[in-house]
Amino acid sequence: MSGQQRSERHHDDDADAPEPISPPTAAQARDTEVDALLEEIDGVLESNAESFVRGFVQKGGQ
Amino acid sequence: MGIETEYGIAEPGRPMANPMLLSSYVVAAYAGTQLHRAARARWDYDDEDPLQDARGFHLDRASAHPSVLTDDPAHPAPSGDTAPGDVPARRRPGAPQSRPRLPVEEYEDPGAANVILTNGARLYVDHAHPEYSSPEVTSPRDIVTWDKAGEEVMLRAARIVAVNPALPDVTLYKNNVDGKGATYGTHENYLVDRAVPFAEIVDVLTPFFVTRTVFTGAGRVGIGPVGQLAGFQLAQRADYIEAEVGLETTLRRPIINTRDEPHADPERWRRLHVIIGDANMLEVATFLKVGTSSLVLWLLEHRDAVPHAVAAVRSLRLVEPVGAVQLVSRDLTMTTRLALADGRRLTALEIQRCYLEAVRSGLEEAATPPDAATAEVLDRWESVLTRLATDPASCAREVEWLAKLRLLEGLRRRDHLSWDHPRLAAVDIQWSDLRPERGLYHRLLEAGAVERLVDAEAVSRAVHEPPTDTRAYFRGRALARFGAEISAASWDSLIFDVPGAATLQRVAMRDPWRGTEAHVRELLDSSGAASELLEKLMGPRGFTGAA
Repeated sequence: MSGQQRSERHHDDDADAPEPISPPTAAQARDTEVDALLEEIDGVLESNAESFVRGFVQKGGQ
Repeated sequence: MGIETEYGIAEPGRPMANPMLLSSYVVAAYAGTQLHRAARARWDYDDEDPLQDARGFHLDRASAHPSVLTDDPAHPAPSGDTAPGDVPARRRPGAPQSRPRLPVEEYEDPGAANVILTNGARLYVDHAHPEYSSPEVTSPRDIVTWDKAGEEVMLRAARIVAVNPALPDVTLYKNNVDGKGATYGTHENYLVDRAVPFAEIVDVLTPFFVTRTVFTGAGRVGIGPVGQLAGFQLAQRADYIEAEVGLETTLRRPIINTRDEPHADPERWRRLHVIIGDANMLEVATFLKVGTSSLVLWLLEHRDAVPHAVAAVRSLRLVEPVGAVQLVSRDLTMTTRLALADGRRLTALEIQRCYLEAVRSGLEEAATPPDAATAEVLDRWESVLTRLATDPASCAREVEWLAKLRLLEGLRRRDHLSWDHPRLAAVDIQWSDLRPERGLYHRLLEAGAVERLVDAEAVSRAVHEPPTDTRAYFRGRALARFGAEISAASWDSLIFDVPGAATLQRVAMRDPWRGTEAHVRELLDSSGAASELLEKLMGPRGFTGAA
């Protein structure tokens, strides 16, 4: 899992820092699955994202 | 219990379109599909009282913000972001009561569009959004079924509007924010034993609601009420929660809402009206949200039998609950520690595990073996909490914010997008587009990338049919059979207008557990006309008498 906090880890352990571990195969498989999903949704994503987002205006409710 | 959702509504290409009008098209379009007269039946507001406060006082009408006044059909409540009663008479349940006929039709306007459906739900316009309030159900799986049926109702309504050349296109979204400051709600409702002191509900449920976000959050692109900071957070609603406890739902929104409008016998029950939750597309998210909350309420209702379990959860009081709502929502690693009043510092996951263990030990303490529905909630709750702590990515089929984040992170990686890129905000909105061909949740469902709990056929049936084990059965079936003679309805009443009768007949349903299929199916099936049904209800084996 990542989110925004992904790149903050690598500074403190220097001397006997382990070799960077290659991502486990499960993670690779997940990336492949996500890429397939992205292809699936590319066709339905709003082509003009900026005006679509700007135009999505709602009234407040409960 | 039940769940109500105000849907986001838009006319493609026309951001300034009048949302009240668009919403009324949606409701009216669906009303047109309902054959029964109740499609245009009025809501019976007699027992509504949104200003009754669970803490024991009553807000004066004149001092209430206009957006809170949702019980007057002639004056629909305005939106909460625009500038700005009487306690119902107690009625005995049972036989119908005479009511005078009104000499003229009551005033109706588009903002008051309202339909009661044969599945027992209510579809209407609330605060410039179309809203679906599910029928009363008794299990988390049924919540999912009738909540999904609500999506289907909305979708069908929008399709009818779309094929009418005289009406604008309408797109509906099951979300809670527009990214410009507006929020609209998805509220859970739980019937709770009146004997539980409200202060106990506040104490025990506050840390629970603050931390359940780790599996109930629908995910949101943007941080802050108007999305002023770039980034992603777990919950749609977190940035709009500003108080610990309060009556209001449209401003200064609280973690615990005190609206005390039970829609049932107020001496026996309260309705806990929960406004902090997100609208969920993922079925497991809805299932867990409602299932776990019900179990914590079970603890409170059985507090005398399970004192140790209740003591354990009462000790989870947070130092700053409102601040914690945002902390939890913004912590994608789920490792932030929250300060507890007793000095401990626990993560949201650890606090949730305390609730899980308390429910498990409470069931043992009370010597109540969990039934199948309870066991299913407990097992899933435990499994999700364990995996959120060790391998969150494995929850992307069940936990909505993780499912959404997976897509967003994929896009960010592939196309090198920063969090403020409009494509990511567009994904967030399109996520909950109800149209299967356009909605991103639906594309994932189609691809088998999210888990389904209830089958599509059950949802299709639930679009028309009520649950069988609550009073929603009587409401829905009576509308389907005798809709032509029902002039108004509400959660706890049906008003019959039978030709030839001197007055209207109001059937009160103050007990949500009465009016089930077991109670009234025979009564309904054996009545050839509404007048016959009413006669039988008057008789010794009436509505509440039949066992």
